[in-house]
Amino acid sequence: MAEHVIKLPDVGEGVAEAELVEWHVKIGDLVREDSLLAAVMTDKATVEIPSPVEGEIVWLGGEIGETIAVGSPIVRLKVAGDGNAAAGAAREVKPEPAASRAKNTPTPDPSPQGGGGPPAAAAGKPQRPVSADGEGTQTGSPSPLRRGVRGGGVAAKPATAGAPRPEGEKPLASPAVRLRARETGIDLRQVPGTGPAGRITHEDLDGFLARGPQPARPAGLAQDTSVQEIKVVGLRRKIAEKMALAKARIPHITYVEEIDVTALEELRAALNKEKRPDRPKLTILPFLMRAMVKAVKEQPGINALFDDEAGVIHRHGAVHVGIAAQTPSGLVVPVVRHAEARDLFDCAAEVNRLAEAAKAGIATREELSGSTITISSLGAMGGVATTPVINHPEVAIVGVNKIMVRPVWDGTQFIPRKMMNLSSSFDHRVVDGWDAAVFVQRIKALLETPALIFVEG
Amino acid sequence: MKEISCKLLVVGAGPGGYVSAIRAGQLGIDTVIVEAKKPGGTCLTIGCIPSKALIHAAEEFDIVRRAASNGNGLLGISAASPAIDLAKTVAWKDGIVGRLTSGVSGLLKKARVKTVHGWARFRDGKTVEVETETGIQVIRAETIVIATGSVPVELPSLPFGGAVISSTEALSLKKVPGSLAVVGAGYIGLELGIAYAKLGSKVTVVEATDRILPLYDSELAKPVAKRLAALGVEVLLGAKAQGLAGAGDLTIAGADGTERRLAAEQILVAVGRKPAVEGWGLEELDLARAGAFIRIDDQCRTSMRGIFAIGDVTGEPMLAHRAMAQGEMVAEIVAGHKRSWDKRCIPAICFTDPEVVSAGLSPDEAKATGRELKIGLFPFSANGRAMTRHGEDGFVRVVARADNHVVLGIQAVGQGVSELAAAFGMAIEMGARLEDIAGTIHAHPTQGEAFQEAALKALGQALHI
Repeated sequence: MAEHVIKLPDVGEGVAEAELVEWHVKIGDLVREDSLLAAVMTDKATVEIPSPVEGEIVWLGGEIGETIAVGSPIVRLKVAGDGNAAAGAAREVKPEPAASRAKNTPTPDPSPQGGGGPPAAAAGKPQRPVSADGEGTQTGSPSPLRRGVRGGGVAAKPATAGAPRPEGEKPLASPAVRLRARETGIDLRQVPGTGPAGRITHEDLDGFLARGPQPARPAGLAQDTSVQEIKVVGLRRKIAEKMALAKARIPHITYVEEIDVTALEELRAALNKEKRPDRPKLTILPFLMRAMVKAVKEQPGINALFDDEAGVIHRHGAVHVGIAAQTPSGLVVPVVRHAEARDLFDCAAEVNRLAEAAKAGIATREELSGSTITISSLGAMGGVATTPVINHPEVAIVGVNKIMVRPVWDGTQFIPRKMMNLSSSFDHRVVDGWDAAVFVQRIKALLETPALIFVEG
Repeated sequence: MKEISCKLLVVGAGPGGYVSAIRAGQLGIDTVIVEAKKPGGTCLTIGCIPSKALIHAAEEFDIVRRAASNGNGLLGISAASPAIDLAKTVAWKDGIVGRLTSGVSGLLKKARVKTVHGWARFRDGKTVEVETETGIQVIRAETIVIATGSVPVELPSLPFGGAVISSTEALSLKKVPGSLAVVGAGYIGLELGIAYAKLGSKVTVVEATDRILPLYDSELAKPVAKRLAALGVEVLLGAKAQGLAGAGDLTIAGADGTERRLAAEQILVAVGRKPAVEGWGLEELDLARAGAFIRIDDQCRTSMRGIFAIGDVTGEPMLAHRAMAQGEMVAEIVAGHKRSWDKRCIPAICFTDPEVVSAGLSPDEAKATGRELKIGLFPFSANGRAMTRHGEDGFVRVVARADNHVVLGIQAVGQGVSELAAAFGMAIEMGARLEDIAGTIHAHPTQGEAFQEAALKALGQALHI
């Protein structure tokens, strides 16, 4: 037997450290080759760390929420044969280049892992399921890393036994335990089982009896003095840091303007009615993106990144539009690259694709970073006005509020018009109020007379 | 005659009734039990026990007979002109039954249970009249347990009487019939059919369905079918017994529609059993029914307060050990204990040759739950003890859940496997996983090793195959 050390691999270009968001194993677990050990998060992508060898976990290199430097040991395993610890040779997991990873290309296992335990080591004895956690047992993919934003990444669950019994499953218990439960008036369905396959033991009954029956809920209103402690880790911590940075550094100016989208909505309805089946259904977003492309052409200072430490503004020719999106695990901003080079339907298709990927947690790090300007839209939940927070180090964000039919005075009478507000925030250090107003007014003009969006030159 | 009042009255002293009464007596309940015949019921007097005695005698005779016919046989044993005096065999069997019935009487007495001999009839939900030798005895009880059992099903075309007999008469024949027709290839028909074939009868089995032992899967029935053929028992599948023609000839409609006459000295009708719900005043109680059976809940309570029912009269499986477990539970409920039916399995055994055991779910029943399964089968042809017993046919089969390896069912077929029922039932009742069975040392050399190997096989780690 020998020790094998697994170090945090280089998980992406220019990433020096990563936050530990989930352990799939605990000390004493037996893992097989390719079993998942842990999940770490860099920027906004989660990377799964698999085991390159078979062995028993003897040491874990950190708590959930800790930040770990690339190259630091994260797991020590007891393996059969020669380990890599005694020899001092760094046989860490070597991920393949990031580019091929982003495309999710299955690549053969890069294996400078000579010290790994021979797979036959455990063949003779009854195998134990490696982990109770269904996710952690098999990777199925030969690639040593699995990446993507994962919904479960925030709420790390401990890999202990006594998992809740599935709905409708009969409790498993010996006749003696069943008899004792009946005599003490315990409904075994209420008792968590810690034995093999969730079997309820006499000790489980003891524990349940010691804790006592859950008190019945009193009728009527009652004070709730409970306090839940939720550790801010993973994506939630990234969001918190980013928001604090943006609000602390950037003096926001928010400008709200109302836009008559009656004509735009008519055009949109007509296009959707006659659209080819291979084309995506249009929302307001692609029109707004195209309008923004036109508006920033005239106001290049709006489509820029402000490196305030260096004191340099980078004005970008490319318009990479970030779309703030809600996912089950929190806010992410997938990026539609080069909106200036995409037509209306292309923009729409890309927004749909990215939204799906972000919701499914399979968006890549590249797809979630690199925007030059951002749109924030809550659709029907958009409210009347918002104060959007700029996506640092950008200098502008356009917030879309909900469309409402409002009475508008046309000079002689009130007529119903479809009205929508845009709430846009700007970095007032580098964008003057006048320039912000000109930018928004230009978008207003384009959206109110949508034909102008499609006029070139 | 003076009325008797008691806390608990048990109607029927079969395995369900007498166990219930003994347990109630032990718990200090003032208990009366009524039985028209001897205590022990079908099981003890005309079922399980006497049939096993007859089967054992037939097996012993068959061994000697085979040795005699082979000259110097395979095992090196020779014998000369063996003979059987069935009347003596039956007398020996009756001796065993007698010892057991008087044993039960003694146990009832020891538990301070009062036994009333006679036929009971319900007057209402609290009162029973018993026709005793000395007159009508009225018994009033706070709680009543109905344990009337079951009776053989009679075929309208073949009413019992004369050459047509039920299992009861088949256990008390005075001489071995030269030819025996058995109608029904369920476990009762085959157990007795095989016994008489071994005793020297020419046995023909007539079965209406297309297979023998229709309650067991075909994999389990196959070694039995093979043995029937070796014993010279003719099995007519898809054939219907039509009735009697002339001098004891049985007319049979074959699967192909042709009619056939079968000369048979005795005709054993073993087409099943039905609950005994007639003649004791069930109509006075108007209890809810489940088909022909009395409907019960998970505490064996009927639809009338204070009236319980246990055993064959309450439904399938009609097995003595089910009735005993119910009887014990009901007595404890009456004594104020908290009990309800929570058994995970009721093992079932066929004392055919080879024997068949089943506990828990069969592979098909397990598949019907929609779960992924692991099934391990270990043949006795790879088991040393089975070889030395000269009984290599059969296997042990374990059915488990693929996700957590909890064992759902265990079946076996083979010589002497009935004794494995204890281990099988225990494993399922304890919620064993495949690893628990695989990790238990099974003594060598025994047929039980096949149980461990079947579990190992399901885990993909069988050692001896």
